[in-house]
Amino acid sequence: MKRFRGFVKKEFIHIFRDVRTLLILFGMPVAQILIFGYVVTNEIKEARIAIYDKSNDQITREITDKLVSSDYFIFAKNIQDHSEIENTFEKGDIKEIIVFEQNFAEKLTNEKSASVQILLDATDANMANLLQSYTSGIIQDYSRDIRISNQEMPQMEIKPRMLFNNELKGVYMFVPGTMALILMLVTAMMTSISITREKEMGTMEVLLVSPLKSIQVIAGKVFPYVFLAFLNGVTIIALGYFVFDMPVNGSLILLLTETLLYIIMALSLGIFISTISTSQQMAMFISMFALLLPTMLLSGFIFPVENMPWPLQWLSTIIPAKYYIILIKNIMIKGTGLLYIWKETLVLLAMTGIFIGLSIKNFKIRLE
Amino acid sequence: MKTIAFILQKEFIQILRHRTMLAMIIVMPFVQLLILVNAATFDMKNIDIYVVDRDLSSTSRQLVNKFEASPFYNVIAHSFNLNDGKDKILKDEADLILQIPHHFEHDLKNENEADIQLLINAINGNAAGLINAYSSRIISDYNRNIAVQWSSQPQMAGKQTVEIIYSFWYNPEMNYKIYMVPGILVILVTIISLFLTAMNIVREKEMGTIEQINVTPIKKYQFIIGKLLPFLIIALFELAFGLFLGRLIFHVPIVGNLPLLFGFAVIYLLVILGFGLFLSVISESQQQVMFVTFFFMLVFILMSGIFTPTESMPDWANKVNIINPIAYFMRVIRMILLKGSGFSDILTEFYSLLVYAFISLGLAVWRYRKTT
Repeated sequence: MKRFRGFVKKEFIHIFRDVRTLLILFGMPVAQILIFGYVVTNEIKEARIAIYDKSNDQITREITDKLVSSDYFIFAKNIQDHSEIENTFEKGDIKEIIVFEQNFAEKLTNEKSASVQILLDATDANMANLLQSYTSGIIQDYSRDIRISNQEMPQMEIKPRMLFNNELKGVYMFVPGTMALILMLVTAMMTSISITREKEMGTMEVLLVSPLKSIQVIAGKVFPYVFLAFLNGVTIIALGYFVFDMPVNGSLILLLTETLLYIIMALSLGIFISTISTSQQMAMFISMFALLLPTMLLSGFIFPVENMPWPLQWLSTIIPAKYYIILIKNIMIKGTGLLYIWKETLVLLAMTGIFIGLSIKNFKIRLE
Repeated sequence: MKTIAFILQKEFIQILRHRTMLAMIIVMPFVQLLILVNAATFDMKNIDIYVVDRDLSSTSRQLVNKFEASPFYNVIAHSFNLNDGKDKILKDEADLILQIPHHFEHDLKNENEADIQLLINAINGNAAGLINAYSSRIISDYNRNIAVQWSSQPQMAGKQTVEIIYSFWYNPEMNYKIYMVPGILVILVTIISLFLTAMNIVREKEMGTIEQINVTPIKKYQFIIGKLLPFLIIALFELAFGLFLGRLIFHVPIVGNLPLLFGFAVIYLLVILGFGLFLSVISESQQQVMFVTFFFMLVFILMSGIFTPTESMPDWANKVNIINPIAYFMRVIRMILLKGSGFSDILTEFYSLLVYAFISLGLAVWRYRKTT
């Protein structure tokens, strides 16, 4: 035990010596949370639109005013000629052009109908969809206002209620997502690299011939990372709680326990990666490619899993982050207890077992 | 010139020697491209709806039928038990509860007004907004039908209406994939080139082989060129192959000029490679350089506008993006491929990156010392 303690101390010294890595380690979750909180958003604010008004009468000007005075749009330029349209889109900073037909007001009074065209740069289909629905909404409102009489008709009053997240805040998505991503990468990447490093430098043999058992060597190597990752997790929860009002409705102890379980799972994954890679570069590439993008995209962090094609839904079942995200959303937002999440907990436990088993099978004490 | 050729030869031998590494460099990105482009979708399908119809009149039943007939919805249960529905939402088995109250038809006929309640699981705010919009559209459509059915004369006659026509340019089918393919391609090319260069010199440092190179008569610039070129070639190859796959499998349109795109890619890669080399030169271990690189990558990727438009970002973020090379390439690759923008449209980005390339390469050369 004393030997083991000495070994852990050595590992800590190794880690603390590298101040730059430590800074990054703790700067990363903070930076990511802040970016998600303030920068990455799908809302539309002040989109730049161009107006091509062939009629230029009172009504078209009123509609333009309505659009521009909303928070969604700002007026960028007037277009005078049809040939300018394509050019405007190609420049790239204007995503929507409104075209009013000739004699708009006249047609509206005489023929009861006049048309307005919305041209959208749909390279980003999502944004085009949103812009279109906002614009149509505003124009329809205006159109309803100018109708002379509003006859009675049966009206179904739709009363939506947003459960758990009344204001549709993004924080409920990105705090769990960030935790899953950062904890996974930090632990799996750090452990796999620090173990392969010893292998690559040849110091692993020195450790293996020491009186420490190989299991102690591995445990000693990963222990400091459990500690660091856990600290990281707590930082993210605190940031979410104090800066972005992310609630912790369920039991904090349960939340921390599950976090610890996830960290240990990531560690065993890291150990497994280190047993199959021969160089730090390889360990890094495996952690990077096998973990970064899939954890971001297949875990339900940014894109909902239910909407993906079935092979991907199937694939997402082997992404550990998916279960962890379900777990912490349940605990933090819905405030449910173990009763609702025992399945996910079991999956994480099983994954830990599998990775440890595989690592033991692959672990070589001797030189090739 | 000959010296450079030899360094190049050495670097390529080193890269090609590791079969597993090579496989990873070539195969991984494409597997990712194929998988992840399919994953990145905001389309809503299979909304699980729990129906609590307390009225059970023909009007309410027809409304429920509308939801059943829609391809977006999947009715998981009918019951009178609202709490059971809420429980289903807690368990993530339902996304939405539709509640129709008693006397719904009666109220609608006699008082011209009746309530419908939608309870939506809103943990994912984006999805909840869409579910609300879809569901409201179905209910309003149905409402309009009912109104016309119930009254003898058409209600809308004699009213002025503004007719709205819209057209989606460049992507009339609203295919999100053709937007994501160039984005993911940029990320894959960046990861490969940045990490390979960043780890390269540190690795030689850690192994001690850098000393051996330092005592040779190689000039600084020859050494740097020898280190950069192989990765530039690999990255360009990946870009080309990725574009080919994107064209073949996802039918990504290539409207613009390909030489222009590759020319721009070369400038962009010079920035990235210079940046990687700089980090490599100032770091002490592979672990360190990896974490520093990883940090910048993550920040740059998230701010580049790959998932969310840069236009919705706050001003300060757009200012930060001035030093974010990924943001430039992300914008330009989409402009050239999807809209066919020409050289004059991307002039600003082109010159900015050119300046940037000089700075990052200059820094790398300046910080690299042959003596330790």
